Amino acid sequence: MIVAENLHFGYDARPVLHGVGLEARPGRVLGLLGPNGSGKTTALRMLYGSLRPARGRVTVGGRPLATLRPREVAQQIAVVVQESDADTMLTVREMVTLGRLPRLGTFQRTGPADRHAVDAALARVGATHLAARAYAELSGGERQRVLVARALAQEADFLLLDEPTNHLDIRYQHEVLGLVRDVATSAVVVLHDLNLAARYCDDLVLLDRGRVAAAGPPGLVLDPDLLERVYGIGVTRTEAAGHPQLLFHPLAANPERISA
Amino acid sequence: MARRWTAGLLAVLLLSVVAGTALGAIHVPFGSVVQVVGHHLFLLPGEQTWSAPRDSIVWEVRLPRVLLAAVVGAGLAVSGMALQAMVRNLLADPYLLGVSSGASTGAAAAILFGVTLGLGEHVLSASAFVGAIAASTLVYVVARSAGRVTSTRLLLAGVAVGYALQAVTSFLIFASDSAEGARSVMFWLLGSLALAAWGQPLAVAVVVVLLAVAVLTVLGRQLDALAVGDETALALGVPPERFRTGLLVLVALCVAVVVSAAGAVGFVGLVVPHLARRAVGAAHTRAVPVAALMGAILLIWADVVARVLLAPQEIPIGIITAVVGAPFLLILVRRLQATAA
Repeated sequence: MIVAENLHFGYDARPVLHGVGLEARPGRVLGLLGPNGSGKTTALRMLYGSLRPARGRVTVGGRPLATLRPREVAQQIAVVVQESDADTMLTVREMVTLGRLPRLGTFQRTGPADRHAVDAALARVGATHLAARAYAELSGGERQRVLVARALAQEADFLLLDEPTNHLDIRYQHEVLGLVRDVATSAVVVLHDLNLAARYCDDLVLLDRGRVAAAGPPGLVLDPDLLERVYGIGVTRTEAAGHPQLLFHPLAANPERISA
Repeated sequence: MARRWTAGLLAVLLLSVVAGTALGAIHVPFGSVVQVVGHHLFLLPGEQTWSAPRDSIVWEVRLPRVLLAAVVGAGLAVSGMALQAMVRNLLADPYLLGVSSGASTGAAAAILFGVTLGLGEHVLSASAFVGAIAASTLVYVVARSAGRVTSTRLLLAGVAVGYALQAVTSFLIFASDSAEGARSVMFWLLGSLALAAWGQPLAVAVVVVLLAVAVLTVLGRQLDALAVGDETALALGVPPERFRTGLLVLVALCVAVVVSAAGAVGFVGLVVPHLARRAVGAAHTRAVPVAALMGAILLIWADVVARVLLAPQEIPIGIITAVVGAPFLLILVRRLQATAA
């Protein structure tokens, strides 16, 4: 379990988080939502030690994150980061093999167990056929799958993803999140798309200007009135395949609102 | 495949050492080289059938020079490779850290003003080394902000300090009005292995370069992660800032030792890493040793050409490496664009 309590943070003088708390529970997918600048990515980065909170703390399995070495953190938490498209010359297999880094001693060479983990991770995301390709030559969707495979090869308890559906077309968006649902025992994922969140997350935390506006199951958090306040856009809620789904419209153009 | 490359290059390196010792203004037969070296190295018993001058050419003059060439080439190649990974820029070279400009300023001061502080014959190297370390420390201090050293800041700080020190060097030359001194500074800036001899400087260079190659090979996976990005490195348990700082110290030391022994030999640290990656891929555990071997071989042969081409006159080795390196770089850049498009 990853628990964040009362996180405060600011870039320079500009405050970004004011007392955010959240819990990533085993076996569940937690979605972090909120408008641009609400502090989603900042909060996520604190969960794996990329940023340190000015106040508040994060614990992983009961131990304070600040007392863990980066390597120990990486053994428990795998992260799919949004790195600007690196012009690395690594092959897909080499990229996924990097996931074994936290599990290998400094002088230890990759062995059969590591190769097996890499093969399994590639197979799991359906990227076995890409193994020999250069990572830089892949499409956005393929890259995202490879990064998920790397995180899987890490064999960590938790999977953290920062807007994994960015730059992906609609099919790949569903594919990647479906994959996360399938493969991850426990995950925290920052998402922009509320409907994707409704469909693929067990719990949601909605951030608004650095505070938690709501937390709980999607049916509770995705409340039209609340979303309207946070995003400043008209929201109508319906349902599809057993999940809440939302329709958006500019506030002035919402006839119901005007008449009300 | 990587193993085959390493084994093959090792064999070529051995042959190159023998050939580099045999070739020169005065040609020595290969067999003779092996005999002389065997005699000195293993104290092989038997009649000494070669002349004393030949013994001296092989053992006192050429062999230390060839070894220095190998060490300098290997050191520059792996330093360049590490820096390219650290700043994620394929055009980074070992002189990015201001090491060469610092060394040049130190050497220029020593040559032009004879800062003979009782350091004897090593004054040039010592002064260059001090300059190199001072310059890279300055780059590090400038690049560091709020405890963080990012690749962009490092790149900019390196370029800025480099230009500033070049200005100092130029001013020293301008202010000295000794034509002879200016000429030796020039020669030194372009690189030369003529100072090679058995002794402490060579031993130090060998130890430091071997250490750098070993450490960078062992930390190859961490280098891979850093080369992808800081967040990736951290996500994989490699703290990017601390790791980069450690690498900086190692690389600055390695380049400072190399440059103070042989001057600012260009292009090796820029081009060889690309060749190595092309041969065995970008994963550093494989690419670092291959780059070291390639750099060593390249510089041995560059030095042979430098000695032989206009014999008995010597051409600065940096001219040779630039003539060979520049076209290589152009071809690589064209290839790179082709694959990126």
